[in-house]
Amino acid sequence: MADSSIDVRYVANLARINLSEEEVERFGSQLTGVMKHIEKLSEVDIEGIEPMSHANTTSNKVRPDEPVESLPAKGFLQNAPDQANGQLRVPKVVDA
Amino acid sequence: MSLAAQSLSSLRRQLTAGEISPRDIIEDAVSQISARDGDIGAFISSEPETALTEADKADLSLPLGGLPIGIKDNINVQGSPCTCGSKFLSGAYTSPYDATVIKNLRAAGAIPFGRTNLDEFAMGSSTENSGIQLTQNPAAPGHIPGGSSGGSAAAVAGNFIPAALGSDTGGSIRQPASHCGVVGLKPSYGRVSRYGLVAFGSSLDQIGPLTHTVEDAALLLNAIAGVDPRDSTSLDAEIPDYTEGLDQGVAGMKLGLPKEYFTQGIDSQIRERVESAAKALEAQGAELVEISLPHTEYAIATYYIIAPAEASSNLSRFDGVRYGNRTENPRDMLSLYTDSREAGFGSEVKRRIILGTYVLSSGYHDAYYLRALKVRTLIKQDFVQAFEKVDAILTPVAPDAAPKMGAASGDPLKHYLADIFTISANLAGNCGISVPLEPVDGLPVGLQILGPHLGEQTILRCARAVEAL
Repeated sequence: MADSSIDVRYVANLARINLSEEEVERFGSQLTGVMKHIEKLSEVDIEGIEPMSHANTTSNKVRPDEPVESLPAKGFLQNAPDQANGQLRVPKVVDA
Repeated sequence: MSLAAQSLSSLRRQLTAGEISPRDIIEDAVSQISARDGDIGAFISSEPETALTEADKADLSLPLGGLPIGIKDNINVQGSPCTCGSKFLSGAYTSPYDATVIKNLRAAGAIPFGRTNLDEFAMGSSTENSGIQLTQNPAAPGHIPGGSSGGSAAAVAGNFIPAALGSDTGGSIRQPASHCGVVGLKPSYGRVSRYGLVAFGSSLDQIGPLTHTVEDAALLLNAIAGVDPRDSTSLDAEIPDYTEGLDQGVAGMKLGLPKEYFTQGIDSQIRERVESAAKALEAQGAELVEISLPHTEYAIATYYIIAPAEASSNLSRFDGVRYGNRTENPRDMLSLYTDSREAGFGSEVKRRIILGTYVLSSGYHDAYYLRALKVRTLIKQDFVQAFEKVDAILTPVAPDAAPKMGAASGDPLKHYLADIFTISANLAGNCGISVPLEPVDGLPVGLQILGPHLGEQTILRCARAVEAL
């Protein structure tokens, strides 16, 4: 495994979270402690063990492809911070 | 005794006998909350008028007819605000639909009433991570109620509401139940639909009841269990009547005591309480068996890779575009995301998103996330092998009784390590229940009974025997 320090600013950018200098420092030292504990897993012999992403073994459950009523757009949009013409509105992304 | 302080089953008897009305119960809950919840902080919000209207229309022939149930504030109830204990959603989100558990509760005649406090997005074990308010432990003011379903536990323990729903990703129903002295059941993964529960760790989350009695937990599980086309991980398995056979006792039951759970920094009085409960069950005809769950020491590390990884993905939807609060005057699209998330999330949520993003990031995915998934398989195998020998497993819920508020602030690892006895059930997908034992120095303490996947009947029966001790 890698060393226990996390480049907090780099990872926060991947996660699209802005952090203050104080948070970068605090989270860095706290997460170093957590990662040191996590390194324990390198002791475990996992040779030939299948990964388990879910507790139940069911997969690819299908249902008949029948139309059912779903939430109207109004229901989704009622909580939008900004909207126009029945759609979510965001700052300009491309120049016209 | 006030109505809100009574069990669902007792209220139900009085309702069907015509001694009280559903309106009486809601009115009592409303007056208890307005008189005392200012000091406890169990509820974030409640809508008495809606509940009273529903109470007047209640169908008492239904199994939960006219009974109010508190709802953790990360479960969607149509027309009601849902904050998840986060500033991201506070004042900015009203649920446009009912979660499946809410639909199921309504179908059983129950009245969802009041939204209970929680650690932000259910991340924490003290409810101190709520971005809205603090919650006191009603059994021990000045102490945490546990978490993340601390508001639900405090609402029931504080006699504000007869029962509540919580959610459990790593112990978030069982641990606050233990700290507050109520019953808390985490159903097996897939037993209850997660549709409408705001997702934290999707492979770990389950909704379950917090109640005064084991019978009430069974009553609520009857109502909320079942397959749901909107949750592909919900199971199409038979739903027994969980209230049946509760009093059959533990004679002939094999109960496992995992040796790894009784060696690690556990409070000596808690250990003694758990052991004497086990002996009492033995005296009633149960057989105690020492078992081994050899990968226990890796459970915390495994959980704190998998849960944050899933959380980092699930919480990407909180982007300031779709719902919730958006930063004012973003410079561009990127700063809309980064600034909205900076302002909306509290420290613990940020920490876990960063940890989860890191263990999934390029170059680290195999070393951390994939490795954790494999160790998870080993943890599950430990339980599969254990349940070949025993019917249920007895353990403490937490290594210590409820700490004082603020005791572990600034040291997240200390909080994480206290999850040791509860998180394995989530990793393995098993069911578990916390049932109160005799308090230690005035602080409530619970016994955890773990069962195999879909073994709810067994652990409820065993919990009922403990309750009757």
